[in-house]
Amino acid sequence: MFNIPLFPTEASTTASRVDLLFFALMGIIVLFTTLIFVGVIFFSIRYRRGSRASRKGATSENMKLELAWTIIPLCITMGIFIWASKLYFDMHVPPKNAMDIYVVGKQWMWYIQHPEGNREINTLHVPLGKPVRLILTSQDVIHDFFIPAFRVKQDVIPGRYTTEWFQATKLGEYHLFCAQYCGTGHAQMVGTVIVMQPWEYEQWLAGKSSGVTMSSSGEQLFTQFGCVTCHRSDNTGRGPTLVGLFGKKVLLQTGQTVVADMDYIRESILDPRAKVVATYQPIMPTFKSQIDQAQLMQLIEYVKSLGGSQSASKGNKK
Amino acid sequence: MSTSGSENHTNYLNDGYGVKSWLLTTDHKRIAILYMISITLFFMIGGFFALVIRLTLLSPNGTLVSADTYNKMFTMHGVTMIFFFLIPSIPAVLGNFLVPMMIGARDLAFPKLNLLSWYIYVLGGIFTLSAMVLGGVDTGWTFYTPLSSGYSHTNVVPTVIGVFIVGFSSILTGLNFIVTIHKMRAPGLTWFRLPLFIWAHYATSVIQVLGTPVIAVTLALVGFERITGVGIFDPNIGGDPILFQHLFWFYSHPAVYIMVLPSMGIVSEVVTCFSQRKLFGYRQMAFASMAIAVFGFLVWGHHMFVSGQSVYAGMAFSALSFLVAIPSAVKVFNWTATLYKGTIRFNTPMLYAFGFIGLFTIGGLTGIVLATLPVDVHVHDTYFVIAHFHYIMVGGAVMGYMAGLHFWWPKITGKLYPEGLAKFSALTLFVGFNLTFFPQFILGYLGMPRRYHIYPPEFQVLNVLSTAGASILGLGYIIPFFYFMWSLRKGKVAGNNPWNAKGLEWLTPSPPPTFNFDKTPVVTEEAYAYPEEDLAGG
Repeated sequence: MFNIPLFPTEASTTASRVDLLFFALMGIIVLFTTLIFVGVIFFSIRYRRGSRASRKGATSENMKLELAWTIIPLCITMGIFIWASKLYFDMHVPPKNAMDIYVVGKQWMWYIQHPEGNREINTLHVPLGKPVRLILTSQDVIHDFFIPAFRVKQDVIPGRYTTEWFQATKLGEYHLFCAQYCGTGHAQMVGTVIVMQPWEYEQWLAGKSSGVTMSSSGEQLFTQFGCVTCHRSDNTGRGPTLVGLFGKKVLLQTGQTVVADMDYIRESILDPRAKVVATYQPIMPTFKSQIDQAQLMQLIEYVKSLGGSQSASKGNKK
Repeated sequence: MSTSGSENHTNYLNDGYGVKSWLLTTDHKRIAILYMISITLFFMIGGFFALVIRLTLLSPNGTLVSADTYNKMFTMHGVTMIFFFLIPSIPAVLGNFLVPMMIGARDLAFPKLNLLSWYIYVLGGIFTLSAMVLGGVDTGWTFYTPLSSGYSHTNVVPTVIGVFIVGFSSILTGLNFIVTIHKMRAPGLTWFRLPLFIWAHYATSVIQVLGTPVIAVTLALVGFERITGVGIFDPNIGGDPILFQHLFWFYSHPAVYIMVLPSMGIVSEVVTCFSQRKLFGYRQMAFASMAIAVFGFLVWGHHMFVSGQSVYAGMAFSALSFLVAIPSAVKVFNWTATLYKGTIRFNTPMLYAFGFIGLFTIGGLTGIVLATLPVDVHVHDTYFVIAHFHYIMVGGAVMGYMAGLHFWWPKITGKLYPEGLAKFSALTLFVGFNLTFFPQFILGYLGMPRRYHIYPPEFQVLNVLSTAGASILGLGYIIPFFYFMWSLRKGKVAGNNPWNAKGLEWLTPSPPPTFNFDKTPVVTEEAYAYPEEDLAGG
């Protein structure tokens, strides 16, 4: 009659690992809850007022017992901590071959760009069995990209990039929820994740593509906003060249060095004077009011396409 | 008020009847009553919001109220229940009444400050209520930025002013308790002779005094950013939204211990009295209270495992969160061990104490689940979290409050409540509570996010169960309200010590005289010095 779901689908490589840990915790919970409940009920009945059970030798101090029930839970929790930390760490380090998909959250929808140029709203197509890294940002308030079937969740924050990765293991359509309360339409900021066979995914990419990849859209913006006049590829412009920049260390005027990651490039476009490269003048104007989040991601894709340290580009900013 | 001749002594209740004698009182017991009335009012308001939430969730389409109304309902439910009911509940009512009595003092150290703190509470309440009357607020009780500081179009400023103000009431009460417990203990009442209720309030007060200023400043900054547009939390104007979360949880996590530590104190009093047994592991229990207060300040980051904070910070906060669970576990073990070889009576306060132990165990152990990083990633901001913290705050804190209210009601009013009806309603509460919140654990692991007024249809059955439970739970709160009122006029006269309990508060008449003790008591024994060997079979 009623189809009451009791456990969510496992549809990613992470899901089964999280569930295993969850089951271990459930075992511990059942064990300790039973221990306490049985103890309370048994003592209550045996030592109820009027019962003839002997009260001889009642004590209210027992250091050995106190130490035991301090140290045993401590050891159990520390064991879980180590197990959990390992998995948490793995959940933050995407495999080197992960493909990137860009996500912008805004009140109240998800705008998704594939590097091949496909764009979609509130739907995310991904191939089966391939690691996918999402690069997320928000245009307004904090959102959260939550796919229960994959056991992944990440806050989507204005003013910075966060990442989330998964590898789907099961074909199908899964819920996508915004998990961080974001105002009126929070409960409508939902969508569908569609896991397809890799060849179907390729077909989908080709069929729905605008024909313009993200990096070529970025290149157009690079010309349109006049970036190209200063950031020349031969390094003779008034600004530093962007060729081979991505993921490299950059020496600043202040003598500090920073890694040219996505956040750095984004900041340099929106607030150019925050980190000025050594030997260059702080003459670049801000493009804050001209470029939106989706375009920023295209520009970053373009800068990435100019080469640089690929390993750094996959590393997670932490 | 009293009819019986023996009870016709001068007490704090018949010492003046006018409105002025109440509104200008400096008697800690009368102030406790003022608080009791005020927080009950807020509990009813918060309960009404909960009712609307549960009714809306009966249907997956959210047809009862609009999205905006629903968002206001859960926001105002959280704000009233946390800041205006749970945090002041036990300290300001039972703590106010009992801290001086339990340590053999005539009043708190600063009686006028005590009255002032009630007026501050009322003022804060007026601001928050007026925000609700003006149209409400929809940021969630967590006030996350930049939603609260820039994007919400509702009454954020009056609400945060209300919470800012009520914080001072909490700080002053804490300060008053700390000084009172340090300076006004009766002769012979050394630190390790104090009842655990006092230790719990001492630990709570430390958190109130050290933590509350942080939330006050944080919320003031939210209001400041909203009004002036100076960038503090909104990245569009140069702020950092994550900074808000650090500051907010730095207080709001320890605030959980403000709610639950006093309950633990009550459970220690009740379990010993109704087992007629010395508390097992007294010193460990006292240290555990202090350890919870101290460690409680170091775990705030476990609310932020998916916020983008560094992986290593996540690990550190996770480890510390596991540690804070240990003293709580020690407490549960010690209560259970206290029952061993006791002489156990099943009066209503004891039933509530059992309820506390059971529900707090489940709430605490599911807290372990949330401290486990990868599992938290999945259940963060889902109904699993909602279920967990209601097990702690309602199953724990409110159960403890109910235990205490029944335990000391005879002392406070001089009258006994009807035992049979009280046992029935305790059972109703327990059943209703579990039916309301247990399904939410399952909903959470399935992935239903919190703060959704529409949801996928497969979650409906569990939501209907939860709403059904909530109606039983509501009944469990309504019945005591009526029999307590009834008992004021018709209840049996209680006498000084109806439970055969230990503790200074039971030495004085019920209701107590205005200055508590005719003669300052001298303490010669440890807490809970129940006779060692109660002969069996009696």
